[in-house]
Amino acid sequence: MQTLNPAVLIASLSVFVLAAFLGYQLISRVPPLLHTPLMSATNAISGISLIGSLVIAGMHKVDFHALAQGGAGAKPSIATLLGFIAVVTASTNVVGGFGITDRMLKMFQQRKKVMPQGGSK
Amino acid sequence: MEQTGVNYLLEFTYLVASILFVLGIKGLSHPETARRGMFMAEAGMLAAIIGTLFHNGIITYEWIAAGLIIGSIIGALMAIWVPMTAMPQRTALSHAFGAFAAALVGIAEYTLHGGAAMPTFTRGALGFEVMLGALTTTGSLIAAGKLQGIVRGTPVQFKGQQILNLLLFGSMVGCFIYSIINPEATLFFYAMVALGFIFGIMLVIPIGSADMPVVMSLLNSYAGLAAAATGFVLGNNVLIIAGTLDGFSGLILSILMCKAMNRSITNVLFGGFGAVHHASALGAGGEMREISLDDAAVRLAYASKVVFVPGYGLATAQAQHAVRELANALEERGVTVKYGIHPVAGRMPGHMNVLLAEANVPYGDLYEMEQINPEFSSTDVAVVVGANDVVNPDARDNADSPIAGMPILEVDRAKSVIVLKRGQGRGFSGLENPLFFKSVTSMLYGDAKSSLTQLAQEVKNV
Repeated sequence: MQTLNPAVLIASLSVFVLAAFLGYQLISRVPPLLHTPLMSATNAISGISLIGSLVIAGMHKVDFHALAQGGAGAKPSIATLLGFIAVVTASTNVVGGFGITDRMLKMFQQRKKVMPQGGSK
Repeated sequence: MEQTGVNYLLEFTYLVASILFVLGIKGLSHPETARRGMFMAEAGMLAAIIGTLFHNGIITYEWIAAGLIIGSIIGALMAIWVPMTAMPQRTALSHAFGAFAAALVGIAEYTLHGGAAMPTFTRGALGFEVMLGALTTTGSLIAAGKLQGIVRGTPVQFKGQQILNLLLFGSMVGCFIYSIINPEATLFFYAMVALGFIFGIMLVIPIGSADMPVVMSLLNSYAGLAAAATGFVLGNNVLIIAGTLDGFSGLILSILMCKAMNRSITNVLFGGFGAVHHASALGAGGEMREISLDDAAVRLAYASKVVFVPGYGLATAQAQHAVRELANALEERGVTVKYGIHPVAGRMPGHMNVLLAEANVPYGDLYEMEQINPEFSSTDVAVVVGANDVVNPDARDNADSPIAGMPILEVDRAKSVIVLKRGQGRGFSGLENPLFFKSVTSMLYGDAKSSLTQLAQEVKNV
């Protein structure tokens, strides 16, 4: 990560542009009926930033690379704390987001019941 | 060599997760496939998390385990207990959480490596991530507070507000740019973080509750873009993909919401809609005709087609189930019942559909504005429950109206209209609604929930 290879930058940008294009195509096809579940679903999915915070929370003080570079032993532990809080909020989003999306979608599953013809007397 | 083996496996897991996310959102194109799609996305998420736990940079699991357990418990409790009416608040809160996580990861990376050790581009992406994350965090918290009623829902405006906001924004961006140019400028980096948190608050307090659908979508977009920027910082594609999908979803929804209100995003952000209006309505004079419960019930019972037009007032009156009861009673008599849903009927995109689905209304009966408008001319009775501006014919007929050009549900084209309303007062925006004075319109005053329940009883007895 320290030395940014231009090829990596180009690759990242390509992924971004393609994802943007794909996102536009996908999301324009979601009917307004499901816009609330869409919002909570994409929210849960972007909780993937959890994987970034996991790595930071798990590095702890014994990150030799950071120690060799920065020297100060206290620095990584601030990062650990921040990483920990990020793990909490991101996993809240993942679990809560998917949970609530499913709860909503369950309600939409219902099919129309067969109507009694002409009303009952 | 074993180390690279693990990394290849992890990269592959991330690729699979990205594909599953895309398939998950694709599933949302239809209610029948939506749940299956979400299961795929969940599987992708699980794979990505488990794969990451084997990341060779992780050497201790105490913090991770504690964080995952606490987060999962909070998330699960929210998923189980949050009522559907509170969905906008919950979503705003989750925007805040997501953005906060992105901001914290960025700050943590900065404390670990320091600005100087990063290539300029990475420093820029990191600054962008933290700035956007910070302002989205506080902005979303204020939005959630407004929706929940903790923070005053009406726009908070004062003299010099726009200049103050502009100054805040300018200094925040200034700090951002300077911290990119000068890698040693740690102080400016943290100043940017602080300004971001403050700017988020200032950005949302002048916006009224009725504009929340746009604000929610916009904050959704910011939270997603912050996550995508995290992906650039960490060089992680699945983060870029997931964040971009989220960001674009929010952006598309904001555009749709703005179109549905015929307003621009800048107008929503800086207009302070819902503050004061001194506009006169065309032909708003005359008398409103009141209708009794009995008469309304008879009219509904002998109709052949009834369209319900629910607004946010339906949700505040908790009358979703009562509407469904009345609809059931009518359908048993052979009346065709449909629902016309305006895009901004709730407090977030698609909110009204969720509320009606919860009340067991089959989604096949829920019609979008474009679908239902041509049908009003063949509708015997249109029943407006807790909606006002979205059925205001002034938006169509009066070019001087503040809501001129806003697409509406054209209930005034129906053969007759029954408006359920608490009292004779004006609607949320304070605008006079000429619909109420039209000859086809009858007013049924009272609490929507009890009126609907009584109507259902009466219809059964007709």
